[in-house]
Amino acid sequence: MGVMESQVASRTPLVALLGNPNCGKTALFNRLTGARQKVANYAGVTIERKEGSFTSPAGRAFRVLDLPGAYSLNAQTPDEGITRDVVAGLRAGEVPPDAILCVVNATNLRLNLRLVLELRRLGLPMVLALNMVDVAKKRGIEIDTAKLSQELGMPVVETVAIQSGGEKALLAQLDAMPFGVPVTPKPLSAIDEVSVEDTQREVRRILAAAVSSAKDTGNLSEKIDNVVLHPIAGPIILALLMFVIFQAVFSWGDAPIELIEAGMGAFGEMVGSWIGEGLLHSLIVDGIIAGVGSVLVFLPQILILFFFILLLEDVGYLPRAAFLLDRIMGSVGLSGRSFLPLLSSFACAIPGVMAARTIQNPRDRLVTIMIAPLMTCSARLPVYALLIAAFIPDQTVGGFMNLQGIVLFVLYLAGILSAMAVAWFMKRRNGYKQHALMLELPAYHWPHPAGLASGLLERAKIFLMRVGTLILAMMILLWLFSSFPGAPEGATNPPIYYSVAGMIGRALEVVLAPIGFNWQIAIALVPGMAAREVAVGALGTVYALSGGDEVGDTLAPLIAQSWSLATGLALLAWYVYAPHCLPTLATVARETGSRKYAWIMAGYMFALAYVAAFIVYRVTLAFTGA
Amino acid sequence: MNHAALPTLDSLTTGQSATVVHLAPGAQEGGIDVQRRLMELGFVPGERIRVIKRVMKGPLAVKVGESTFALRRFEAALVSIKVD
Repeated sequence: MGVMESQVASRTPLVALLGNPNCGKTALFNRLTGARQKVANYAGVTIERKEGSFTSPAGRAFRVLDLPGAYSLNAQTPDEGITRDVVAGLRAGEVPPDAILCVVNATNLRLNLRLVLELRRLGLPMVLALNMVDVAKKRGIEIDTAKLSQELGMPVVETVAIQSGGEKALLAQLDAMPFGVPVTPKPLSAIDEVSVEDTQREVRRILAAAVSSAKDTGNLSEKIDNVVLHPIAGPIILALLMFVIFQAVFSWGDAPIELIEAGMGAFGEMVGSWIGEGLLHSLIVDGIIAGVGSVLVFLPQILILFFFILLLEDVGYLPRAAFLLDRIMGSVGLSGRSFLPLLSSFACAIPGVMAARTIQNPRDRLVTIMIAPLMTCSARLPVYALLIAAFIPDQTVGGFMNLQGIVLFVLYLAGILSAMAVAWFMKRRNGYKQHALMLELPAYHWPHPAGLASGLLERAKIFLMRVGTLILAMMILLWLFSSFPGAPEGATNPPIYYSVAGMIGRALEVVLAPIGFNWQIAIALVPGMAAREVAVGALGTVYALSGGDEVGDTLAPLIAQSWSLATGLALLAWYVYAPHCLPTLATVARETGSRKYAWIMAGYMFALAYVAAFIVYRVTLAFTGA
Repeated sequence: MNHAALPTLDSLTTGQSATVVHLAPGAQEGGIDVQRRLMELGFVPGERIRVIKRVMKGPLAVKVGESTFALRRFEAALVSIKVD
């Protein structure tokens, strides 16, 4: 923030939006601020900090902070801890808000009002926004706002966050407030002045006085749940949905990805034709433009996956899926919410790791992130295809099974079983105790396209700005390694042999020889850190084959001849585990807020890869009698 | 009153209603006060609850007030109830 801006900001009242999860708080935030939003992380944690600004009809400027949803100031999750600390003025680097805009779901005051009463004890200026009041009216819930305002001792306004103009009454109320002297909140111990039980009694008394609801009007959500959570129909619906999402991420992304690749390729050629051959040409075309392309190719899958996640979250299905899957995932120490991120990791670990944001429990989230890259992503397929074609005979086994198909299946299975084993190990190691689920299954509602679009845009921005820059830097570094120094005069090996990458590869050969890797493989693995499928092209380069799409076709017979079967199988085993994907590691570093976990991931995956390749190599050698 | 003799929420079958009588303090694993949180969510003595769905050997979906919460078995076992 610039000096000018912060001076202005200090004079602009800061309103904190606070409320239970599922109260429509973020929709109201979007309604108030429109596109004037800044999304960052709270210092030192990976919880999103969303701030925005708006000008009221009276011309007054406001800043709004969208605090994480909380059931209570007696925080039980890191999200709730942030909310508590910000309103209580305890969080370093955060100015205490000038007023609290408490958002409640008008259809569920029984749950929401308790937090309001608790918050009131901090003595800050408050406004109550009765959100979703339209839905409440439809359900026959009549709320006497004047009475409620009198009972609570704070202004109460009706809002409909999903409707244009639904914030009018709120803006008028904010304009009417003085915001003169900053108010210091009372110490947090104030919230315990009244017991939880007595507060709940007070909630019921206020509800009796201010709210009348028609007899339970046949709850539609419950009727939907009768099908969606049905012991037989529920899992079938879930499986179908997951299948559609997986298909979408796996195959719908192909066309845009090819378009991006072709576009960046054409752009590179065009730019390349302006610059003469040489170093600058290579830096710009092979380094920078190819690097930007390698960031952009992830965008289609991220957007497709998050489209489904945001949609399912919006309509209220995601917590139900977590409910249905809680037992299965819980058996290896994960939560039901881990399922979707892991499933999408079969297409690509990057959207999977990002999707782990939907897991509230920090430990569950971390374990999910750490095992996501063990799911067989689509980038492994070109490598598997090359090695299987070269080393596994295309023959029928047991009458109807194809041996090549069986090997591919075993590779997928190895990834899944290993992920479960790693999750189980992490659970044991951390002295895992079953933690509370307490997952709200909110009422279903229709999706809101505007909210969906802004959510998608936000994800794209986060990926490109925070992760993309890191990936780009790594890609350029990798290009440098693979290009310098150039080949000497009269060189007999391909240029990469003499580069830094080549030197690293040749040095690694000493370590990799026990698992059957020759220097050609060792060198190809270095640029292969860019992405798994890059190894195929890199092998082509090392064997000095002319490039192009057909490199795999010429490469397969070549390696089938020059490598032993043991080496081929060992490399397959290596690729089940090895983290040959810097973009994934970059995403993990960003999503966990620390490089530590990226290093731990790289470390454990390389270790598993080495052990697996070693065993496969030695066992195959023993069988083939070499 | 000896609450240990009362049935707990995890023993209810789908569709069954009950009234909350008492909440046992949960083991405060990971600093989470399950008893207090359950009360904050509405599981206070005197409140009517109903089991909407249960997953075999898995969690239960419980209606309390206007809300539905999914609880794991051990959480539900903290809630002593009087079955209707």
